[in-house]
Parts: sequence; structure tokens; C-alpha cells
Amino acid sequence: MENASVDIIVVGGGPAGITAAITAARKGLKVLLIERGKFCGAKNMFGGAIYTQPMKEIFPDFEENAPLERKTAEHRYAILTESEGTIVSYKNQKSRSSSYSVIRAKFDRWMAEEARKAGVVILEETLVTCPIVDSDYVVGVKTELEDIYAKAVIIADGVNSILAKQLGMRENLDTKEVALSVKEVIKLDKEKINDRFNLNDGEGCIMEIFGSSMLGELGLGFLYTNKDTISIGLGVTLNELVENKQKAYELLDTMKHHPVIAPLIKDGELVEYSAHLIPEGGFKKIPKLCANGVLIAGDAAMLVNNLNWEGTNLAMVSGKLAAETAVEAIKKDNVSEENLSEYRTKLDNSFVMKDLKAYRNLMSAAHKRNKSFFGFYFKKINEFFEMFTSTDSIPKRTKYFRFIRDFFFERNILEIFKDMWGVIKILWGILYDRVR
Amino acid sequence: MTELDNKLATVKYSPDTVSHLKPCDEDCRECMSKCCTYICPAGVYEWSSEKQKLIINFENCLECGACRIVCEKQSLEWEYPKGTKGVTFKNS
Repeated sequence: MENASVDIIVVGGGPAGITAAITAARKGLKVLLIERGKFCGAKNMFGGAIYTQPMKEIFPDFEENAPLERKTAEHRYAILTESEGTIVSYKNQKSRSSSYSVIRAKFDRWMAEEARKAGVVILEETLVTCPIVDSDYVVGVKTELEDIYAKAVIIADGVNSILAKQLGMRENLDTKEVALSVKEVIKLDKEKINDRFNLNDGEGCIMEIFGSSMLGELGLGFLYTNKDTISIGLGVTLNELVENKQKAYELLDTMKHHPVIAPLIKDGELVEYSAHLIPEGGFKKIPKLCANGVLIAGDAAMLVNNLNWEGTNLAMVSGKLAAETAVEAIKKDNVSEENLSEYRTKLDNSFVMKDLKAYRNLMSAAHKRNKSFFGFYFKKINEFFEMFTSTDSIPKRTKYFRFIRDFFFERNILEIFKDMWGVIKILWGILYDRVR
Repeated sequence: MTELDNKLATVKYSPDTVSHLKPCDEDCRECMSKCCTYICPAGVYEWSSEKQKLIINFENCLECGACRIVCEKQSLEWEYPKGTKGVTFKNS
């Protein structure tokens, strides 16, 4: 590979790509990062919040320098039916492993700037059309303008990863393995946000919204407070949208009008609408992660933990490990698949694969039992509180018995056992590591 | 203006003159669900029963890729817009 003009090409300027690029550049390698957007972050979207601890590993001073919105002080879990809601809230202002809400257009751009300072050359507004393969080795990429050669290529081009597909490292995605997320950023005075969410200056709140009757069985809503905007959106698996012939943005409108949600965003002005896909295939759908001369990181590698809403952190860790592996391989002048497979081993030994492995049964169980987990039981939670809080001169014992009777009347005992079995299977998978 | 138009009006685009989304007209005619017409979060696809083909409002594309995955015939030619084109999120 004598004609390599750089050591490493990284495709995609998101958390995985930028982390990979900065990691390699800090080790003294010549790195080119190619991004198709006007700037890194221009095509990126998430809920969302970034996690403090994994960020610090790459950007130790980010809390002082990065464009952050609010530091998470409260998590709310809202379980909604059409007209009711039960909300559980956890508040901790001193949490050590906290998170910050961010605007990706600003935040990713800042990370890219840090990478530039570390020596990474960033080529923006440039689309990589395909990888260049020579004698079974990936030796560079074709862009719209030129061919660029490198000793190794790290693919971090996101959930749609056209490059991984072209290389045959990834299969076509099924509609069950991807969720469509739509989001609105809504402008509201800082003071109003503080008051409505019971926050001090600089503190933020994250809401997870379960509302199966509105959002589809596996639909999940989210709400994040930014400095003077609110990010509100939802994700629904594509297969559900197809089956129910639903439009994601109409579900979002319904959610925005819910009596629990509407007052929080009242009189807010829509600033920006966006959409993105979320990989939800989990452990079983992770593609081949390396081949001769090439490694895959982040969403392109389907590394998303959808239960804990983690993605950017897995992206960053995978980007870092991919870069470290590539750097070692380049030093040894051997970027064969065998040598690069160290990346997979490193990932397997990290929390990334351990978590994804632990949750491997989650999505299939959720798809199988979705009507109960997300429909029946959530409805029952709200019905319980309605019963418990109503004062109507009916003796309490009668009300409790009615509630229990209705519970078993509406869902037969076999289904309840199947639900319990589903939960046991998931818990067993999380707590007991039988897959090696 | 529809609700969706109001949403899309907030998005910044540099539209190309040619579409980066190319459906197969023959497959579209046979397609039963035409699910791209309701899956797309930007309403890019509209079925014209008069022309018997999809009208592609590609300049509204948010580049999410949902249409590519749901396409019943898996025959939608889908690529990202050129490097200088397409959507730019500024506040998301």
C-alpha cells in the first residue's frame, strides 16, 4: 500500500467517527475524516443527551469547553393512556455519572473541531460513494471528486451504512430491526422551562414516555430540556408503522396534545423538525465488524442499547477501540482481518458487547409479548391509580376485588403465565451469561 | 399548509436539481401497500393514480433511510444526496 496518502480514512463525522479519528491522530497517525454534511453534526440527530463518563475519556475538559445545554438532574418515566398518566420521577442533582442534553449540530461540530486541533484533516461536504478494494483489501474510498488511499479505513457512516452494505459486511435490515424517530425542537423561555420542570438554572430533565395506546405497542416517546428549547419526539419500529399504516409525525402530534405533555410545551414555537433511524436489532444483528483493511463502528455496526437509551457512548467506545486496533495493525504493517479482529475481542471484553449480549432476548420478547407489556399492564397501572385515588362512597374492599377480578377477566391466566415467562427469560438473559 | 408543511418549513435544505431517490415505476404499480407514502416522515412520496407512478418530492427528504428499508419490492434506488446538497440540521 505504497500509494496511501494517509494512514487512516474515517468515513462519517458522528461520535464514532470523530472519536476514531482523534484517537488515531493522538497516536501520531495521519488521519482524514470525511463527512458528507456541511459540517460534522449537520446530518446528525438523536434525543438526546450525551453521557459524562464516556465523554471524559476522550475529551477530559468537555464540561468546561463543549456547547452543553443542561445537566440532567431528573429522570421522569411517564406511562400514558389516551387521557391519563402515571409519572415516576427520580431526582439527583449530585449524580456522578450524569449526562448533558446537547444540540448535535453544535456539539458534534465542537468535537470535530477538537479533532482538527489534534491533527485530523476533515473533509466536509464530501460524499463517499464506495470503498476501493484491491486484492481483497480495502485500500481507500471513492468520493464524488477523487479516489483517496489509506492503510486502513474505519467506517462510521451511521445506521444506513451504505459502505458496510457494499462490502457485504452487513445484511439488509428488516423493518423489525429499525425504529423511525421523529423529533421537534420547540423554543421556550429558559425561565418557563425551569418552572414547568421544577429545575434550577443549568439543570435538565429527561422524560421517557410510554404510551402504547397512542404511540404503537413498541413506540417510545422522549422529552429533553435544553437551555431555551425542548426536544420532544418518539421512536416507533418500522414494522409497526407499516402494519398500522401510521405516520410517525402524526403520532408525535397526538403525544404533544396529551394532557400530561401539552402543558409542558404550551406556547412553544417550533424551531426545527428532524427524523432519523435507530438501530434496534441488538446483539443478534451486529454485522461483521472487520475485514482486510477495514473496521466498522457506531450505528453502522448497530451498536445501540435501546433499553437504556445508550448509543453515542457505544459509538465512542467502538470508535476508540477500532482506531486503537487499526493503529497497532498499521504499526505492524499488517491490516489483515485476522490482525484487526482484535477489535472484536476488545469490544467483547468491554461493556458494549456485554450489555448488548445481556439484552439479546429483549427485542424478540418485546415483539412477541408487546401487547401485554406495553398495552395491558401499562393500562392497568393507570387504572389502579384511578381506583386508588377515587372517592366515591364504594367500600374499598369492593373496589380492590373489582380491580383484581377485572385483571383476570381481561387477560386469561395462560397469557399471564406467558408474560411472566417472558420476563423471567429476559431477566435470566441479563443476569446469567451463558453465551460465550 | 398542512401540519407536515409547517414542520418541514423549519428545516434548512440545499436542494439538488435531480432526485437521489429513484423508485422502479413498474414495481410501484404492482406494490400493494405503497407504504413509502405514509412511512416517510417528510411526505416525499405521493402516488399519482393518473400517472400511475410515484411523485418524488425529493427536496424535502430528511435522509433517514426509512423508505429504503420498508420498500416492499426492495427496488428503491436510494443514495445520499451529493456532498453539498440535502438537509442541514441546525438545532437538533
